[in-house]
Amino acid sequence: MQRIDSREMLNELRHQSKQVVENSRCRILICAGTGCLAGGSGEIYDKMCELIAACPDVEVHFGPEIAHGDGPMEVKKSGCHGFCEMGPLMRIEPMGILYTKVSVDDCEEIFESTIKKGELISRLLYKQNGVEYQKQEEIPFYKKQTRLVLENCGHIDAEHIDDALAHDGYQALAKALHEMTPEEVVEQIYESNLRGRGGGGFQTGYKWKQVARQPEKIRYVVCNGDEGDPGAFMDRSIMEGDPHKMIEGMAIAAYAVGAQEGYIYVRAEYPLAINRLKKAIADAMECGLLGDNIMGTDFSFKLHINRGAGAFVCGEGSALTASIEGNRGMPRVKPPRTVEQGLFDKPTVLNNVETYANVPMIVLKGAEWFKGIGPENSPGTKAFALTGSVKNTGLIEVPMGTTLREVIFDIGGGIKNDGEFKAVQIGGPSGGCLMTPHLDINLDFDSLKKMGAMIGSGGLVVMDTNTCMVEVARFFMNFTQNESCGKCVPCREGTKRMLEILERIVAGKGELADLDLLEELAETITETALCGLGKSAALPVMSTLKLFRDEYIEHVVDKKCKSHTCTAMRNYIINPDLCKGCSKCARNCPVSAITGQIKEPFTIDQAKCIKCGACQGNCAFGAIYVE
Amino acid sequence: MKYITINNRKVPFEDEKNLLSVIRKAGIDLPTFCYHSELSTYGACRMCVVEDDRGRVFASCSETPRDGMVIYTNTPKLQHHRKLILELLLASHCRDCTTCRENGVCTLQKLARQLGVDDVRFQNTKEQLPKDTSSNCIVIDPNKCILCGDCVRTCEEIQGVGVLNFAHRGSNMRVTPAFGKPMSETDCVGCGQCRVVCPTGAITIKSNVHAVWDLVYDKTKRVVVQIAPAVRVAIGDKFGIP
Repeated sequence: MQRIDSREMLNELRHQSKQVVENSRCRILICAGTGCLAGGSGEIYDKMCELIAACPDVEVHFGPEIAHGDGPMEVKKSGCHGFCEMGPLMRIEPMGILYTKVSVDDCEEIFESTIKKGELISRLLYKQNGVEYQKQEEIPFYKKQTRLVLENCGHIDAEHIDDALAHDGYQALAKALHEMTPEEVVEQIYESNLRGRGGGGFQTGYKWKQVARQPEKIRYVVCNGDEGDPGAFMDRSIMEGDPHKMIEGMAIAAYAVGAQEGYIYVRAEYPLAINRLKKAIADAMECGLLGDNIMGTDFSFKLHINRGAGAFVCGEGSALTASIEGNRGMPRVKPPRTVEQGLFDKPTVLNNVETYANVPMIVLKGAEWFKGIGPENSPGTKAFALTGSVKNTGLIEVPMGTTLREVIFDIGGGIKNDGEFKAVQIGGPSGGCLMTPHLDINLDFDSLKKMGAMIGSGGLVVMDTNTCMVEVARFFMNFTQNESCGKCVPCREGTKRMLEILERIVAGKGELADLDLLEELAETITETALCGLGKSAALPVMSTLKLFRDEYIEHVVDKKCKSHTCTAMRNYIINPDLCKGCSKCARNCPVSAITGQIKEPFTIDQAKCIKCGACQGNCAFGAIYVE
Repeated sequence: MKYITINNRKVPFEDEKNLLSVIRKAGIDLPTFCYHSELSTYGACRMCVVEDDRGRVFASCSETPRDGMVIYTNTPKLQHHRKLILELLLASHCRDCTTCRENGVCTLQKLARQLGVDDVRFQNTKEQLPKDTSSNCIVIDPNKCILCGDCVRTCEEIQGVGVLNFAHRGSNMRVTPAFGKPMSETDCVGCGQCRVVCPTGAITIKSNVHAVWDLVYDKTKRVVVQIAPAVRVAIGDKFGIP
């Protein structure tokens, strides 16, 4: 690849790359995000490459109205398309067809029917409420979204810089370097009111301003890619699907604050993201879009990748910088703040992946454009990882201020198995729960804060009526306790005790006084913990205790779990009217708790029963139920 | 002159590096485990929390004093937080006080009594670890450690030896030499400064009194007395001299 030493050359390369894309007869984009790869998309990619290599000159038929060039056919590995529920996904351009749940066995048929003859394969198309959707853009899941940060995810080859260049990659950096002073860039980001997407919602431009005004001249730009919330994968998808967007954002930040070096802190559990980032950085270095004298200017910027060992606490700013320095990842007291003395005690801009990915768009299109999306105090869009009991799980992006109802029912397609909505956990282990009455609140920083929840990094775990909220609280507390760094007493010891109490409650050994003790501990932890993660550690318990107190009381007083989630409180009962006395349950019981006479109804000794459920699974007559 | 209103009293201050120093200069005894003026600020014990006039609670050891601040050091809320933090510390702490070398001089014990923690509602479910008696002079009992990190910082920042550090995380965190090695296999010089700062009986000076008595009464031995540094440390310790 040639070295880009001027803006004109970048434009020339963009033009060339665009030509390649436009001239291609057919582009087959196979989702190579982590989810689809696990579903076998790697083999699908190999198979399609093999098929096309075997007959490269095949004529493509898409009907006369679809424009396509006469260049070569291409098979590309794209980043996450977002529709993980339906993976592995295959997008066929220029038609824009999206095939869902594709397997290796379908490849030949796709090649023979769709590519050669232009016939669609009905079984691979997405269907909802009896309607068949041919094009990706028409599917309700995509139609209701506003994909700006994720615009290119799934549409470009994440492993080749040409594709990024064809989609206006590095244009914003060129504009910043050639048309704007660093002060103007900072001012523009400040004006746009872009707020940090990592959880805190701190104003990005203000952070940059503070770093830019430090007397110390050596400064760093750091990207937080240590996405640790259970069920969150927004940042991972951006790093895997469109790494250049984020790198460009970091380079713009470096130019704005006068930094020459940057670090990307990615968790080692994201090997694909690390590999793609490495490739992207190497490519950008080779093209002269990173390194010395970028695009012929005197701006130089080097980027390093730092792999985190997977500690949740390393998502906290000062723990993250400590970890990059090679120290134990523990938050430190502030002041001094990261903007004054961050990485290696130098002024540091620390933003997360999604925040940096927003930067190029703002520089290209302006602060006013950005402020036009979403509410005034939280402009822009937000990516959410939609998981749990929702029909369409996956990665979505909507303008800030979209209601939960739109996200869960319009985009998410409603509750799985047509169940009933119970609650949604937002913001991961630092967030809270929201219920049906909250469905119409707007998803933005301030509205959620008022409700005792937070946007966090954007994990949305949807729960139906089969979910036990005490168990949910226990799950998150277990996570926080395991991930506490151990430094301050309230978080280290307090979360341990809260977890013990919750474990007692789900084991049916709780008492009413335990609820008061939980509240007492939660209050002290929230008010006295050292870092932000500690301060919010008790939020899942506080919010479930507030919204679902009756469920807690049911657990401690009646020793009942309505949703039958808590194993210890399940009672397996044999319905004598349905039992045929076959003895199969008794033979399968590992503790010999079931007795009876053949051809007479059997009974379960509750004192012996270990609630394993083997009897229920083995009963051919459905005679065993849980009380 | 700059002033901070502490408990409705106007207290002047100059260039104190943190709010805690101003409070202590005013004669108010705010308890701490992890704060030592000559060490870096660690901010882990959270005992020095104060409340401002807007009800915000924060640790005074890591707050820069600002002119016109209004703070309170002993509101019911703060008393409650401190008491609960102490209770949490005691719950995971070996409570065999009667046989502990530090009985009577232990800061944890003293504060628990002072703040009225007379009931611990939690069981000690922490894994009980063996004492490290391998060193000739220092004995480490991890079951009495409250992880304030004073020894870690003293060894690193004052003595420049850096033998001790933290390992593991969350409630499994402990203070140990690198790779879990016994103290005898480290570069410990036996200065005993870790003992001086330890607020509990987790680090003690090895006692050889009984072995010495045996030798004194051994007719075949001639006993020569030499005063080791640890002895000076132990005496200094009693008088609060580092």
